[in-house]
Amino acid sequence: MLEIRNLSARVEGNDILRQLSLSIRPGEVHAIMGPNGAGKSTLGNVLAGRPGYEVTGGEVLFHGKDLLAMEIEERAREGVFLAFQYPVEIPGVSNMEFLKAAVDARRRHLGLGELSSFDFMKLARDAAKRVNLDQAFLKRGVNEGFSGGEKKRNEILQMMLLEPSLCILDETDSGLDIDALQVVAAGVNAMRDGQRSFIVVTHYQRLLDYIVPDHVHVLAAGRIARSGSKELALELEAKGYSWLEDEGV
Amino acid sequence: MSEQVESLIRKDYSAGFHTQIESDTLRPGLDEEVVRFISAKKEEPEWLLEWRLKAFRAWQEMEEPTWAHVSYPLVDFQALSYYSAPRSMANKPKSLDEVDPELLATYAKLGIPLHEQEALAGVAVDAVFDSVSVVTTYRAKLEEAGVIFCPISEAVHRFPELVKKYLGSVVPQKDNFYAALNSAVFSDGSFVYIPKEVRCPMELSTYFRINEVKTGQFERTLIVADEGSHVSYLEGCTAPMRDENQLHAAVVELVALDDAQIKYSTVQNWYPGDKEGKGGIYNFVTKRGLCHRNARISWTQVETGSAITWKYPSCILKGDNSVGEFYSVALTNNLQQADTGTKMIHIGKNTRSTIVAKGISAGRSQSAYRGLVRINAGAEGARNYTQCDSLLIGDRCGAHTFPYIESRNASAVIEHEATTSKVSDDQLFLCQQRGLDAEKAVSMIVNGFCREVFKELPMEFAVEAGKLLEVSLEGSVG
Repeated sequence: MLEIRNLSARVEGNDILRQLSLSIRPGEVHAIMGPNGAGKSTLGNVLAGRPGYEVTGGEVLFHGKDLLAMEIEERAREGVFLAFQYPVEIPGVSNMEFLKAAVDARRRHLGLGELSSFDFMKLARDAAKRVNLDQAFLKRGVNEGFSGGEKKRNEILQMMLLEPSLCILDETDSGLDIDALQVVAAGVNAMRDGQRSFIVVTHYQRLLDYIVPDHVHVLAAGRIARSGSKELALELEAKGYSWLEDEGV
Repeated sequence: MSEQVESLIRKDYSAGFHTQIESDTLRPGLDEEVVRFISAKKEEPEWLLEWRLKAFRAWQEMEEPTWAHVSYPLVDFQALSYYSAPRSMANKPKSLDEVDPELLATYAKLGIPLHEQEALAGVAVDAVFDSVSVVTTYRAKLEEAGVIFCPISEAVHRFPELVKKYLGSVVPQKDNFYAALNSAVFSDGSFVYIPKEVRCPMELSTYFRINEVKTGQFERTLIVADEGSHVSYLEGCTAPMRDENQLHAAVVELVALDDAQIKYSTVQNWYPGDKEGKGGIYNFVTKRGLCHRNARISWTQVETGSAITWKYPSCILKGDNSVGEFYSVALTNNLQQADTGTKMIHIGKNTRSTIVAKGISAGRSQSAYRGLVRINAGAEGARNYTQCDSLLIGDRCGAHTFPYIESRNASAVIEHEATTSKVSDDQLFLCQQRGLDAEKAVSMIVNGFCREVFKELPMEFAVEAGKLLEVSLEGSVG
């Protein structure tokens, strides 16, 4: 469903991704690990089309379509979802209003009708319950005054409502305590249905105890230095990243 | 992001059409003869002519103010015409059926149906076209409640005592350059009187339309809320797209007697000029309210139009325990300039005022908040809260804040909060990543920013105001 071929990208004039290739099939969970500055977050941002991330080579096919040719919102409507490492606040815009506009945009794109406010409220309340956010958060401004953990849970809430086919989690575990981590992981696991695919970007193995990956990739110097099964993550945890460099990759 | 945001703020001005209608327009120029002509045209009593002439003579001695943070070539007052009326209004129509269908069509096109059965339920409208009032709806129903709502030119004849007593009582003829000009040549506008203890049964609104070329519009609105009464009033404004600038110098006076409440809302969408800053309305307006004991005056304004806005709706809190409020959204785009804010003058004891001003600047526009909070020596226990937020869209616009605080009473409590923020790349990206297009994203972010002010608008207009912002912002990202 996602085919990344020789992808190169730069940020502020620095080459970050260098001919990275990665293939993801429906239903798979891929963990991307690696030291700081390896380009982990860049990969997610490039796939989502964030301004400032310049693609200098390669191609990305998403369900057979040229992903890099699409506008940001088009990618989103096609089913690419990026859960942010640092979700921003949008003061005064209620979470509910924001979520409904997003869900409506995706549904229109898929040729489904917009949901009635009533049906949407029901869905949103149910999703809020599943990520353990109080109903009151739906009425508050988007991420306005939310704690770090609440913001991350709000990201998962959005993911549940948008039902994307590719979920990219960008260090969603950073700054989460163990309880919040479990809530987030449970939300993600509930969405694993054999069709939906995930890219889980993380610095630590800890998250992968809860979201068990099919594949683990280590990113170094802008490309995949090593791929393996979930055991690779444990090995990294034990040895750190420096041994990769020692091996000269 | 600026490039992206820049191109989002562009959309055609939908009220910019011109109505083909025959008008009687006075020759350009301003002298005593013109003042006498206008007064005679309205068959005014002697006292009012004298009142106008006094203003005119004062105006001749005054100079155009230049302290505002706006720049434009000085207006040539001799090149403007000071009176224009649709010819069909020469013999005043007695009912809506006699009104020129072209005029009715103009208002219908603007979304203001004047036939009562089609009109917004519960809103009475006075429609002012260039210098005259075309029609006022629901008058019979209002009169049952004792409420007077009519063109001020008519009130001069029917309610001379009220007009004479209150006209110029809040904004004196010599108050400032534009107020003096208005006092000399004002053509029409609305007059409202709410009797004692009456709660006005419907929203009142005046809809101003400038149509004729090279004319100025000088309307004068006077609202008197007698003891214990309540009224909510809304004004809307549009004008055709023209290459030359047009002058709009209005005066609005509000009088809230003991225990009365006046809520005055404005949705100002005068033609802002084109993307290069050509044309557009010069909106130089004096608005002020006087609060007696326990009275409350609340100004809410949404300003999206005009090439230049110079406007400070103010409250004189004369009576003890009186309350003044100012809620404002001012949006400037392209080359628009706005210098707007309020004055809260605390005279009575325990007077309270609240100011919430939201400025949004896009394109290459400049937006300034200018506000005065003055606490007089006798204003024991006075309180003011001011919140002043600026939102920048793109990186070629400017936002400025000029707060003036003067307190002569040590017991006063004055709070001032100010913030400046930008529609950030990150906010925009979040919205787009969730599937919203950039225009929808910006309008949502801006609407969120304005929420505290929009909630003060009458319900029917809060939605309108949101849409208006969306339209005014179109093209600012892309």
